[in-house]
Amino acid sequence: MSRQYIIRKILIMIPSLLGISLVLFTVLAMAPGDPFEELATNPAIPPEVRAALRAKFGLDDPVWTRYLHWLVAMIQGDWGFSFVSRMDVDKLILQRLPVTLIVIGSSQIIAILVALPVGVLAATRPYSLFDQVANTLAFVGFSLPTFFTGLLFILVFSIQLDWLPFVYRANIDATGWQFYWEHIKQSIMPVMVLGLFQGASLVRFVRSSVLDVIKLDYVTTARSKGIGERKVITKHVVRNALIPVVTLVALQLPIVFGGAIVTEQIFRVPGIGSLLISSMLSNDTPVVMAVTFVIACLVVFFNLLADIIYGWLDPRISYR
Amino acid sequence: MAEPLLDIRGLKTWFKTDDGMVRAVDGVSLSIDRGETLGVVGESGCGKTVTARSVLKLIDMPPGRFEAGQILWQGRDLIPLDETEMNKIRAREIAIIFQEPMTSLNPVYTVGDQIAEVIELHQKLSRKQAMVGAADMLKLVNIPNPERRVHDYPHQFSGGMRQRVMIAMALSCQPKLLIADEPTTALDVTIQAQILELMQEMKERFGMAIMLITHAMGVVAETTQRVVVMYAGKVVEEAPVGALFGDPRHPYTQGLIRSIPRVDRSAGRQARLESIPGTVPSLLNPPPGCRFAARCRYVMPACTQAIPPLKEVAPGHKVACIL
Repeated sequence: MSRQYIIRKILIMIPSLLGISLVLFTVLAMAPGDPFEELATNPAIPPEVRAALRAKFGLDDPVWTRYLHWLVAMIQGDWGFSFVSRMDVDKLILQRLPVTLIVIGSSQIIAILVALPVGVLAATRPYSLFDQVANTLAFVGFSLPTFFTGLLFILVFSIQLDWLPFVYRANIDATGWQFYWEHIKQSIMPVMVLGLFQGASLVRFVRSSVLDVIKLDYVTTARSKGIGERKVITKHVVRNALIPVVTLVALQLPIVFGGAIVTEQIFRVPGIGSLLISSMLSNDTPVVMAVTFVIACLVVFFNLLADIIYGWLDPRISYR
Repeated sequence: MAEPLLDIRGLKTWFKTDDGMVRAVDGVSLSIDRGETLGVVGESGCGKTVTARSVLKLIDMPPGRFEAGQILWQGRDLIPLDETEMNKIRAREIAIIFQEPMTSLNPVYTVGDQIAEVIELHQKLSRKQAMVGAADMLKLVNIPNPERRVHDYPHQFSGGMRQRVMIAMALSCQPKLLIADEPTTALDVTIQAQILELMQEMKERFGMAIMLITHAMGVVAETTQRVVVMYAGKVVEEAPVGALFGDPRHPYTQGLIRSIPRVDRSAGRQARLESIPGTVPSLLNPPPGCRFAARCRYVMPACTQAIPPLKEVAPGHKVACIL
């Protein structure tokens, strides 16, 4: 893969991020709601103070000047100030982001680790018992929304069996192995709920992708070489079948973030999703802007990653 | 008489479909001697490709299955062999090249990698040695700059060049039999001639036998010694190439030969090219009797009663027709 290909893909990220931020900012500026609404109902604060505060934060300027201010500040590393939490937005996000990344990251890894072998095995034995069972389970898996499976998991594993805690705690007062064990225990359910949902649709996608490839001429060529069915599948089929799967995983990422927001609410995970919802409810515009922008950055970044994997899987793409 | 290299006896390869059993190959017998080029001709859908793929057991099972018959490779029946045993024969003893050079190579690996894969496995060489072997093979099939080209991907080659790569891959273990399944059909005419010439050259060099499957009668006339004509899953005529063109006995063979465009005859008079009327019958529950009967110009009542057996009309010339 050429270095040019990667550099080109990275350069494309810049205009897309600028575009995304412009749209986000404009939409948020047009949205109703005032971060100082609360102050209006407080008789102790005269209207002049409110107006002064608005002026201080530049809330009465036209949208484009505010956008430019925001952009310049952002580039300089100043993410703004949360009206509600009374702290810098970047600190607030950095507190929450790792939890979300760990939950989403491990759920994606689990989804891929489950879906790949199951999908490939199901495709190599179409309409076998294994295929039928895998297909049915996959169908059930992606038909059930995460807010349902999440509640079901809580009912079964927390309330009935009492194996796992159902509220995610950020402040665990333990040290060493105990600390990590507690963290793993409370992550299991959110990770599983998200991972199984993702994995279920991936299984079906991997299966159909492998089925498409397995009929192609070069697979027959590979079989005629006498290299054995296992190597035919792992070397000649899977790599080609993965190309559309990578696209799907990258395209589904925004949906995953959406699902993570819901899941974080159910399990009370103090991640970026719950931060987004609480800041929206309190009209904390700088935080909403920053969180949505961080999510957008993550999506764009993972798409870049997908492009790079794509180019590595299929030499025809990176050569162009 | 010496034992033939490959002896297919009464092979029936059937496919189970939702509509019933498709008898793609229905009792085919043919044999190939060492170093011989056998042509297998017939129109699309007559079972040529299925016969070829049956030899290497490259048929998907299910839906396909061997209903009857034997495939004797140097006296040993291949049908009961398991995958492990078959993999020792594939590429090392019998190699195959396909019709579509554009799709027969894996797009995500370099051609060198794909050739070396075979060499590495069957000649028990290291990857590095196998890559050198791959470059040697590319050189042998007249690909310029072989040392550099081994690192190129299939999409960087033209159709004719890819077919050369396929031939290089097939010959890399010096098989005793090369099955060429319409190797020139997808190529343009000048490239066709080059590929046929290359195959001829390789045959002389390695002394292998070739089973050349084609529907181009011109190709058959030029390159083969003996010809088997197939129709609707059955062999209808088998003859040395001279006898087949000089004295075709089966009405289907006669039709095939008449449908070869002849520049000398049509010049000036704009004569219409002759064709065989009708289409190949369904291989799903085929009618009793001769399968060509519906399209035959000499058809008579007896033709639809029973399938005419192959009988020898001259030394080495067999025909399945009651005429």
